[in-house]
Amino acid sequence: MKEKLEQIKAEALRQIEASDALEKLNEVKINFLGKKGELTAVLKSMKDVAPEDRPKVGQLVNETRAEIEKVLELSVKKMERAVREAKLKTEVIDVTLPSKKNKMGHRHPNTIALEEVERIFIGMGYEVVEGPDVEKDYYNFEALNIPADHPAKDEQDTFYITGDILLRTQTSSTQVHEMEKGKLPIRMIAPGRVFRADEVDATHSPSFHQIEGLVIDKHITFADLKGTLEEFARELFGENTRVKFRPHHFPFTEPSAEMDVSCFKCGGKGCRFCKGEGWIEILGCGMVHPHVLEMSGIDPEEYTGFAFGVGLERIALLKYEIDDMRLLYENDIRFLKQF
Amino acid sequence: MNTALSWIKAYVPELTCTDQEYMDAMTLSGTKVEGYARLDKNLEKIVVGQIKKIEKHPDADKLIVCQVDIGGEEIQIVTGAPNVKEGDKVPVVLDGGKVAGGHDGGPLPEDGISIKAGKLRGVPSNGMMCSIEELGSDRNFYPEAPEMGIYIFGDDVQVGADAVEELGLRDTVFEYEVTSNRVDCYSVIGIAREAAATFRKPFVLPAVTAKGNDEKVEDYVSVEVQDQELCPRYCARVCKNIKIAPSPKWMQRRLAASGIRPINNLVDITNYVMEEYGQPMHAFDLDTIAGHKIIVRRAKDGDVFRTLDGQDRNLDSDVLMICDAEKEVGIAGIMGGENSMITDSVKTVLFEAATFNGANIRKSAKRVGLRTDASGKFEKGLDPYNAEAAINRACQLIEELGCGEVVGGMVDVHGEMKEKVVLPFEPERYNSLLGTDVSEQEMLNIFKMIEVEYDAEKRTLTVPTFRQDILRQCDIAEEVARFYGYDKIPTTLPNGEATTGKLPFKLRIEQKARDIAEYCGFSQGMCYSFESPKVFDKLLLSADDPARQAITIANPLGEDFSIMRTVPLHGMLTSLATNYNRRNKDVRLYELGNIYLPKALPLTELPEERMQFTLGMYGDCDFFDMKGVVEEFFESVGMHKKAVYDPQAGRNYLHPGRQANIEYEGTLVGYLGEVHPEVCDNYDLKTRAYVAALDIPSILPYATFDRKYEGIAKYPAVLRDISMVVPKTVMAGQIEAVIAQRGGKILEDYQLFDIYEGDQIKEGFKSMAYSITFRAKDRTLEEADVTSAMKKILNGLKGMGIELRS
Repeated sequence: MKEKLEQIKAEALRQIEASDALEKLNEVKINFLGKKGELTAVLKSMKDVAPEDRPKVGQLVNETRAEIEKVLELSVKKMERAVREAKLKTEVIDVTLPSKKNKMGHRHPNTIALEEVERIFIGMGYEVVEGPDVEKDYYNFEALNIPADHPAKDEQDTFYITGDILLRTQTSSTQVHEMEKGKLPIRMIAPGRVFRADEVDATHSPSFHQIEGLVIDKHITFADLKGTLEEFARELFGENTRVKFRPHHFPFTEPSAEMDVSCFKCGGKGCRFCKGEGWIEILGCGMVHPHVLEMSGIDPEEYTGFAFGVGLERIALLKYEIDDMRLLYENDIRFLKQF
Repeated sequence: MNTALSWIKAYVPELTCTDQEYMDAMTLSGTKVEGYARLDKNLEKIVVGQIKKIEKHPDADKLIVCQVDIGGEEIQIVTGAPNVKEGDKVPVVLDGGKVAGGHDGGPLPEDGISIKAGKLRGVPSNGMMCSIEELGSDRNFYPEAPEMGIYIFGDDVQVGADAVEELGLRDTVFEYEVTSNRVDCYSVIGIAREAAATFRKPFVLPAVTAKGNDEKVEDYVSVEVQDQELCPRYCARVCKNIKIAPSPKWMQRRLAASGIRPINNLVDITNYVMEEYGQPMHAFDLDTIAGHKIIVRRAKDGDVFRTLDGQDRNLDSDVLMICDAEKEVGIAGIMGGENSMITDSVKTVLFEAATFNGANIRKSAKRVGLRTDASGKFEKGLDPYNAEAAINRACQLIEELGCGEVVGGMVDVHGEMKEKVVLPFEPERYNSLLGTDVSEQEMLNIFKMIEVEYDAEKRTLTVPTFRQDILRQCDIAEEVARFYGYDKIPTTLPNGEATTGKLPFKLRIEQKARDIAEYCGFSQGMCYSFESPKVFDKLLLSADDPARQAITIANPLGEDFSIMRTVPLHGMLTSLATNYNRRNKDVRLYELGNIYLPKALPLTELPEERMQFTLGMYGDCDFFDMKGVVEEFFESVGMHKKAVYDPQAGRNYLHPGRQANIEYEGTLVGYLGEVHPEVCDNYDLKTRAYVAALDIPSILPYATFDRKYEGIAKYPAVLRDISMVVPKTVMAGQIEAVIAQRGGKILEDYQLFDIYEGDQIKEGFKSMAYSITFRAKDRTLEEADVTSAMKKILNGLKGMGIELRS
């Protein structure tokens, strides 16, 4: 009996060895270990064995089965690995072929710039507010210290609808609406469309965008204005940006200033981009004129504030090095795709 | 405003700095310098030479050979210039030197023109004699220069001297951008005062004395001002025995550097004083003034007046006129009349230095259609005190330059002169506004330089009359800031009550719209808010379409930009067409922009501004792609209910069979469709295009960013497919309405999975198949539940003429 088992085992191992496919191994399994397999046959013939020898023989059969199973399992694993590897080899692809993109659209450069500015000021605790494009003369001019006969009124080439209603020339009008609400302190930015009667060319458009900023609180100083706008410039144009404040004149702020930033192309050494000056003019600002506060019902003895206005297109043109403003309103997809 | 630095230095004699330093410092103290130009740019090795001998060139008829004394040395120069003769003193550029331009004028080369010794037709020439054009200028500014040929100096110049210096070109012209509040800085004196304060050097005003002979001006002229509001001050002086001649070189040079062409002594003096004091003056020929009387009054409506440029000007009663006893002789503050013009034969001159109401001058200049240097200054509202100083300065120059004899006294008509502004001196207030710690003494030093007087006893500040911009304490604070230095003010952040930064809901929804549009392949465009009234016809709007009620701009850039848009499609279609005609394939654009709907026309109150989310596309796409974008957007803003698409949208600009109004919970929130082919033609868009427009204000009440988890279904779903033959007139929306209505609580979802029209289906019908999902939240559905729901649905469908297929 022992020899017979040895023979079966030897034959099984030989056949396993000779197998070159998973199906063949499976056949071996059926032939030797299956219900009608050889080892099962041996077990069935146990009735011919003397009862006292049966446990011993049973153990021998089980050992043989275990050995065959073990070898078989290893072979199967090996074979499976080989099959998988062969399959992987047939599945090689050219990874340099073109991608399949979900063709996403692109944001307008103005909007990208606007969202940047909004992000910076929201982070500093400012609320974004909106005002009307079609505006009353009072909010656009008079309440900003530009009375009827003021020369600044002429300088802005205003589009009028009626004598009293116009297309706003500056987002500063939103300042007044916000102050009139009477809720203090105020920290707001107001982005929006503004209009001026300029013919269209590479640097002018009759319609463009501004972002107005306004802070009103007790003890606001010119130093706060400088600090806030310096922070803004660094966030927008990079950490190493330097700023310069030059005195200027706006009817609704006093003192007033214009802010230049160090050229972000050359770092301030002077290049073609900044016309050799090393500085680029970026915005106008100043301390809110006490008369403006008074007109909107805020006591200038108690409250002070600062305001600033920045041209969105100016930032977009500078930041993305766009050389012609008309591109912003043509909506050519080859332009928009670049942002 | 352009001014030579040498003129500024005449009043700030201790000023020493480089051109760049001057520009930077002035700009930082508030007098913005736009740029500067050196007048001696590219002028190198140029001396005064004297021609000693002229001989003919042996081989060229048009050339001559000159021996030129250049100061202790004689050199030979060959020239073709026709105008030189022996003894002439001329500018000579030596070998290795440079000139600024060619002899024929024209634009100057950036690096100038180098001059080298050489031979002309075989004869050595060791330099070049220069024309005024080669020296970078022209006859406008050097009227004595010959029309063609070499510039010839007067006899008083030294041979061998620096010719550039002799011509007054060792100088720099600065261009200033003066802000509208600083009327005083539209003058050399004003800028010099700023320069003195900026560099902390003494400021020396020209010494002016009111000269005059023993006669009385009142015997020559009388003045009557009928409208004092429009003419706060009128000063008049008279000069007789006028001798017209060229003005001296120094005056010509200063005027030329300011861009003013020298004419003769009388004209030059008035121009000079206008530049120097910022006070425009007018000179009348007194012999043309009827009755030797000046009357300042308003014109009469319909009057016509010929100004000294020969043009007839239409007047009205708002225009202020200078008149004599019989007629008008000038438009006040704008331009004199042809009838009283100064000619070379003038004997007696009447000088006028007046101040007028700035706003009135500005309006008059606009109405009359004539803006002059003078009106540009007057319209800013000049200081009445300055008029007297200026007219006396002019008379002083008349006398000093030997131009005539000044008659004693001045006719001076004015109302009550404005009092000087007096403010309490409050140093803490200035420091607390600026966030600085400037000492009291430093402030007082600054005030002294800008002529703000300090009364130590009363602790008050008195503002000089020429500083019309200083009215309140904040204006004083600005003066402190300017001269203390904006750059020295510290940088801090506001430290008051904390506020929350936020983006309002509407803007968050707009941001979502951008995200979804871009996710779906649409790029953001921007279009103008104003467009042409022709747009309505291009879009086939019917004559009574309310969208034709648009706001008109009173002063548009042109008809194409004359109305505020009431429909958002024009910009979109124009942009699509632009792309199409540039052969861009598969274009998808969106825009977020306002339309402007008037409540009544003409406008009596502000219009409604409605934000529109507009999408447009052509290329590889159809109606249902557009519908998908709309639904993606709705879902992203929490609008999970089914929107209704009503094909009876009645929009002329869309394809009649491919358009729908979009309704959400019964509210019209927008529309979409294929653009009508005729509209496409009107926009030169030769392809099918699809648009959608969503009205953001209508969407806001339904939009929300709130989300609630509803649990994931625990019990299995039951699916039922139904296949139908449907009359073509029945739309999917109607079928879905029946399913939704009759499916009951257990209805979870339904999907159209097949639609077919064609051979196997009978005429007038289409085949449609839906998959319907049922599920209960709390139990496994029983067969009976589903059968009952399906029965209700099928009964409903049968009522619509729909046949069920097996």
